[in-house]
This record gives sequence, structure tokens and C-alpha cells, in this order.
Amino acid sequence: MNPEIFQITVLSLQVSGLATGISLLLGLPLGTWLALGHFRGRKLLLSLVNTGMALPPVVVGLVVSLTLWRSGPLGSLRLIYTPAAIVTAQTIIAAPVVTGLTAAALQALDPRLALQLRGLGASRWQVTLALWREARLPLLAALMAGFGSVISEVGASMMVGGNIRGQTRVLTTAIVLETGKGNFDIAIALSILLLALALLVNLGLTWIQQREGRT
Amino acid sequence: MTPILRVEDLHVKDILSVPRLDVRRGEVLTVVGPNGAGKSTLLLTLAGLLRPEAGQVWFDGAPLDFGRNLSYRRRIGLVMQAPLLQDISVFDNVAAGLRFRGAAEADVRRIVPQWLERLDIAHLSRRGPRKLSGGEAQRVSLARALAVTPDLLLLDEPFSALDAPTRAHLIGDLQSLLAETGITTVFITHDLDEALQLGDRMTVLIDGQVRQIAAPEDIFAAPADADVAAFVGVETVVPGTVSRSGSGMVLVQVKDQELEAVRELDVGREVLFCVRPEDVTLHSKKRTPGSSARNCLSGVIRQIVPQGALMRVTLDCSFPLTALVTRASAREMGLAEGRTVQASFKASAVHLIPR
Repeated sequence: MNPEIFQITVLSLQVSGLATGISLLLGLPLGTWLALGHFRGRKLLLSLVNTGMALPPVVVGLVVSLTLWRSGPLGSLRLIYTPAAIVTAQTIIAAPVVTGLTAAALQALDPRLALQLRGLGASRWQVTLALWREARLPLLAALMAGFGSVISEVGASMMVGGNIRGQTRVLTTAIVLETGKGNFDIAIALSILLLALALLVNLGLTWIQQREGRT
Repeated sequence: MTPILRVEDLHVKDILSVPRLDVRRGEVLTVVGPNGAGKSTLLLTLAGLLRPEAGQVWFDGAPLDFGRNLSYRRRIGLVMQAPLLQDISVFDNVAAGLRFRGAAEADVRRIVPQWLERLDIAHLSRRGPRKLSGGEAQRVSLARALAVTPDLLLLDEPFSALDAPTRAHLIGDLQSLLAETGITTVFITHDLDEALQLGDRMTVLIDGQVRQIAAPEDIFAAPADADVAAFVGVETVVPGTVSRSGSGMVLVQVKDQELEAVRELDVGREVLFCVRPEDVTLHSKKRTPGSSARNCLSGVIRQIVPQGALMRVTLDCSFPLTALVTRASAREMGLAEGRTVQASFKASAVHLIPR
């Protein structure tokens, strides 16, 4: 494989993988709290999260750009046009997806199960772990959806990453560039690579999901 | 001896109001009542899973904290109406309570098979919950609660969703288990037969209120009020007035009939006159001399309803009187709607509820 394409591929996996991982770290507990908690404003918060699942990536790119721009509130961090900026934007895109689908997965469980487990002496943490295990299939689907939403996204990555060769160029932004230059053969090759990557990751997650599902 | 569980002045919204309830150590206390009586609400409150508006629950002499009660919940075992198993193997389901308590894996591997064997589900150890029948799933649920050797077992209508033969089998098994282990148990059911079979004492809960707590046979013989009488199946419940009293007996005027009962009450006292349908005997001819039944009256059959192997016969004796007879007897006597028959019952079979 061409070293540059290899580098682009690795960077794509790194930024989208990291963004998905951070989204999981944020989204799993938040989604659990939204699904199982009892507090005022819960439904409103859930609606906001679900709305966030439809956030246009370019709008996310705009907001992150404004924030990280040299003249912006976090400009001193000098993150604009770096992979960290792409991870930030992609996390903002993926987090509502993971959060919303986590909440939906847990709300689909029988609400009496938590009561039954507590009646057997489970602590809150033990109940949470048990419910995560019960909902492992839809939670893995949430993870796949989160990854899918960012590995294929281009708008925000372009705006906050700048598509800089060797630094912030990822598969999607490279495809846009090569298509713009008329290099359709390269663009097609990159597209196939992107699809293969997405397929491989999802095959792996699906295999885990279906293996876990067999009881 | 102090009760293991004491409830005082418990109020849960407008669902439940229990001034006092004690659960004695080692007993099986059944809680019966119609649907919507508040039985499940009571059980969830006793399990520390539902915070009441007011009132207190004491467990082993210590007040129950409805906010933080993990240590209490680790001394009880709860079995809810539906099996509510996790999507893991039967073995792991039964082990769940033990693992929540931090039991060593060696202990888990020793204890769980014993309970699988005891509940006759050892052959299902590796099976998942989706491949279990209703009866099997409920056995797993029972094994799961018993495996932790609880000080208090709380069962919420665990057999209500099962077919009659499976239910009968499971009740029998549970009865042996409870007799063997002596675990204090609160058993919720709307099925009186289950309550009779399992319970040392029975609590009748109607409209969120405890109406009576006593041995089942005492409740059946002497229901505290008309609602309890109706619920436990005392079908003839009619108003009357004591017309004569003396020597431990009373005569009660019920519509056009003057009937005898074994009771001491003042003349003029208003009562509800109750007699169970099983205590009423029907005759096709007038009562022959020598019978010990003090009450004998004539009535026209208004309704005959089959009930399994029996027939429920309602007579108009100037008040409705219900009798239960076997199908064979009904056939031999030629019982039919509109026919006049004689009905008799002993004075000792009558229960009077003063109003």
C-alpha cells in the first residue's frame, strides 16, 4: 500500500476510534442516567439528546471552529487544524448517538428487572452492570452506530482539520479532495478502502454482539 | 418472641393503609385479596423497594431505612410475579444473589447445584432463559431466592401465570421446601387455595386495608366483615336481626325466616348472616326426624352453575341461599331451575357478623 494512503487510513481509524471511545465513556453513563434516573427535566434532556443525534456535522464543525479558532475562546490551545480538533468534533457528533441509543436500549428492558435484582441484594452499581449486560446487544449496536456516524463524516473533519497532508487528512477528506481534482480512480480506491474499513470494524463488533447474544 | 418484621401505620398514597402487621419468625404468612387490593405494593414496601408516605417497618428490631437498605436487602430474597431472569445461563441466574453478596466462587459452585437439584432443574443448568418453560423459569426464580438462604422470603404471586397442573406441582414443592428450611415467608396470592395450602396465618387485604389476620380456617369460619366474607367465598351473606337469645344460641330473623346460630348476642342486634355453600345440604323431600341440622327451609332453585366437579345451586328462600353439591347428587336429585327443594344447615355452621 502507498505509504501516504496507509498513513491516511491509520489516522482515520485513530481519530474515529478515539472519538467513538470517548463517546462511549461519556454516553454510556449519561444514557444510563437518562434511562433509569428519576429527576425533573429528564424527558427534556432525553429529547435534547435525541435531537443531538440529528446534528448536522457541518454545524458541529462550525461551532468547534469558532471555539478553537486562534481568536476563539480556546484559541490559545492551538488545536485548530490538528487531529485533536477532528476528535473533538467527531466526539460531539457521536456522543448523542451513543447516549440516545444507550438510553433507548436500557428503557426497552423490563423495568421490574432492576427491582427484582435489588430484591436479591444487588447494589445500584451491580444493578447497572447487570442491566448493561442484559442490553449488551443494543449497546453494541449503539457503539457501531456511533462509529459509523464518524468514520463516514467529512464536513466537520474538513472544517476543523483542514485536510492537511500528512497531518489531518483522513479518508473522507482525501476522497473529497481527489474527487475535486478529478482523480476519480484514487477517489474510488479510497472509497473502497473506507467501505472495507467500516465493514471490518462492524464485522468484528457484530461477531462480538452475536456471540454475546447466544444464551 | 419479637416478630421478625413489624409494620406500623404504613401509608402508600391512596393504595395502602396498614395500621399494624407482624410477621412471626418461621411462619408462612399469606396475604390475599382481590386484584388492586395493594398486595404487591405491600410486598415491595416490605422489600424496602418502595418508600411509603408514612409509617415504619422494623426488621429484627431495627427500623428499615427506605433510602439506604442494602444490608437489609441482602438478608431477604424476593420472587416477583414474572420470573424476570437475566439473559445468562440458569446456573448464573441462580448464582446471581450469591455473587451480589460477594460469595466466593467455590461456595457458589457448591451451593448452586444443591438448589438446582432441590428444585429439579439441574438438567437445565447451562440453558438460557428463552429456552425455559414458564414453570421451569419460575423454579429458577425460586432457586435464585432460596440459594442466598434469606432470613425473609417475599413471594409475589409467583405461580399466577402458570397452568393449573404446573402450579399445583410447584406449590407442593414450595410447601416441602418451606417446611424443611423454616424460612420466614410472606406469600402474596389472590388464590385462596394456595393461601390455605401454604399459610400458617392469612392476611386479608381489601382496598388497601388489612381487614383480618388469622389462621386461614378461622377466617373462613369467622370472616371479620362482609367484604372478607365475600372474598373468602362465604356466599350467603344476608342482613338479619337477632330476635331471641339464650343458652349460647340466638334466633335471627332473616327476611321471612327465623334461623338458629351458635352465638351470644343481644336481642335487636343487627347482623350479617353468613353460611358457606359447602355447609348447606339439599334434600328433595322434607327433612326426616333425627337430623342435627337446626335450620331447614324450603326454597325454589333460581340458578344452577357448574363449577368443575360441583354445581353451585342458588335458592330463593325469601333470601338467596347458595349450596354446593356434586354433579352426581344434582343429577340423582333431578335438580333444575324452578324446582322446590329443602335446604338444611347446622346452627354451628352459621357465622354472624355484628353490624
